[in-house]
Amino acid sequence: MPLEPAVVSRFLARHEVPIVEGARCTFLYRGEASEVRLVHRIFGLPERIPLRRLRGTGLWYLVLELPDSSRVEYQLEITRDGHSERINDPLNPRLAHSPLGSTSVCYARGYEVPEWTRPDPDSRPGTLVDLTVPSRALRRACAVTLYLPARFRRIARYPLLIVHDGGDYLKYAAAQTVLDNLIHRLDVAEAIVAFVHPGDRLAEYANSAAHARYLTAELVPRLEADFPLAGGPSARCLMGASFGAVAALSTAYRYPDVYGSLLLQSGSFVFTDIGNDHRGGPAFEPVVRFVNRYRAAPRRVADRVFVSCGVYEPLIIQNRSMVPTFEAADMTVRYVEARDGHSWENWRDRLREGLSWVFPGPQKFFYE
Amino acid sequence: MRVTLLGPQRRPTVDTVAASLYPEGPIATITAGWQEREGDDGELGKLLGSRDVNMGLYRRWLDVTERDPVFAAGERRLAELLEQAAGSYLLRLDHALQAAYAVQRHTGNDRLRADVLAEAIGAVAELDDAHLRRVGAIRGEFYAELPPHERPVIAEHRAEVAALLGGAAAVVMAGGHVGVLADVLHLFNVAASLRAPVIAWSAGAMALADRIVLFGDRSAHGPGHPEIHGSGLSVLRGVVPLPHARARLLLDDAPRMSVFARRFAPARCVLLENGTRIDADSDGGWPPGARVLAPDGHVTTQEAA
Repeated sequence: MPLEPAVVSRFLARHEVPIVEGARCTFLYRGEASEVRLVHRIFGLPERIPLRRLRGTGLWYLVLELPDSSRVEYQLEITRDGHSERINDPLNPRLAHSPLGSTSVCYARGYEVPEWTRPDPDSRPGTLVDLTVPSRALRRACAVTLYLPARFRRIARYPLLIVHDGGDYLKYAAAQTVLDNLIHRLDVAEAIVAFVHPGDRLAEYANSAAHARYLTAELVPRLEADFPLAGGPSARCLMGASFGAVAALSTAYRYPDVYGSLLLQSGSFVFTDIGNDHRGGPAFEPVVRFVNRYRAAPRRVADRVFVSCGVYEPLIIQNRSMVPTFEAADMTVRYVEARDGHSWENWRDRLREGLSWVFPGPQKFFYE
Repeated sequence: MRVTLLGPQRRPTVDTVAASLYPEGPIATITAGWQEREGDDGELGKLLGSRDVNMGLYRRWLDVTERDPVFAAGERRLAELLEQAAGSYLLRLDHALQAAYAVQRHTGNDRLRADVLAEAIGAVAELDDAHLRRVGAIRGEFYAELPPHERPVIAEHRAEVAALLGGAAAVVMAGGHVGVLADVLHLFNVAASLRAPVIAWSAGAMALADRIVLFGDRSAHGPGHPEIHGSGLSVLRGVVPLPHARARLLLDDAPRMSVFARRFAPARCVLLENGTRIDADSDGGWPPGARVLAPDGHVTTQEAA
């Protein structure tokens, strides 16, 4: 017997969607359509999974088993009258944001947004200062957003963290809030953080000599002249996600005695073991050449490397493969995986582990 | 010298302890571990019946930094050297402790394993001793190069500190950043003028020991290795104070705690939890009832010494 629409309405009103019951996550859509599909980027599952219509209703459903602590970004593809469109899940208010727009997000059992990513009134905020650094290497005026920690003092000496895709880290990974909280909680050392903004990102971040020269011969000296930075490799770290991680690694590769630490998130370390079929498209050509060269002759480019990657990313294989490569080059490696995808919130959620390892805070000194 | 160690003071007990032990006279307070908040001691003052006189050691250090730039530059070089030494020590410590834990997990002949474990823990202890000596030598060179008593600004502060301590009925030492606290205690030569009895907690208690042991098993990236930071005032010898032990240490991990206790033996690893009060003598007198880490890694009650 068909369900009355009012019954469906009452059911939906009583449940958060997706409905998470243990490992089972039930995705729902209500509306007229000829087909409804869940579209996601979980590596290992079909990219588009059809929902089934509950007989006699306009309610569509799909049950997926998701491992504990998974975080999955998805959209629904609705087909009507032969026309398909992708939309965020209208029944799910949770959204994840990125430069490409927003997507719906499912929190499987055990996943919680880390509380240190949310604003904490007890944490004194640092200051963001916008700078322009003229670059001969890149032939442009480069914008940099500088984070100065709360209680910034000229007589102190701070380590320097350079963050690729700085604007996106600030906007989509709550980087300022995370820094404020982690510094306040003594998990991370007080640091000056340079959020750099790319110009032609795919060119500058894909093993570009000009980009490496800009960071190392122009930005770092300028910052060390103008701000109380400790200087020295142990007090310098390059960080980036995706192509930004390639930029960080390739910059350290060109200047191996300058940066003591690297923080690499979901690096686009695409390589080929044989042939040229890397399936990454033209933008990846210089990346593949660089990564292949590095893997053939790994060399020490920093003292310590923090690597993180989501297990639902296609890049998980490449990132796992880089760990022994880095270790073979006598670098101390910390590798962390999460049940997440190639997303800013994945990178946000790993910042505590990464930053506290790269620049540990003074927590071990405090006994109140 | 009489020393009273207290647990963390989130729920204060220092008021009743100070009032009962030292009801008369000024009480010198040391809150340098609070760093920039050193002067935010109104609440502490109330607990001490407004008899408090803050020694202002952190403020004095800032004054030295500003008025004696040569010494300040030397201190920065010293900090860099100490950081480098600590980095090397931690690198070696990681291997040595991992080896001890690995041996501990081995199966097979118990006696053989016990012998090898004792050697592995001994190697860790030797590493600790070597680091302490190295830190002492680095500091010794620094003080030989820039003798503090010959620096007018420091000498001026030292004289004032000595006078304040000389007139105190007791000294109260609060917690905070144990490294900063220990540094200013040494810089202003507090040990030489310390005659009055002391009440201390948290970092203050740690700074009274001969060795300052940093510990924290619940950091953002997992349990850290307990490490020697440097020398304290040596008012308390043979003691490793462990404030907030239950919150900071994996006390239920007996094998891990066993290595902790045995590594620092014969020093007692003393737990300073909320409500703890231990009246000790600096000459080694030790009251019964203190909670300590036993060699088997369990928490036990110390018999009278």
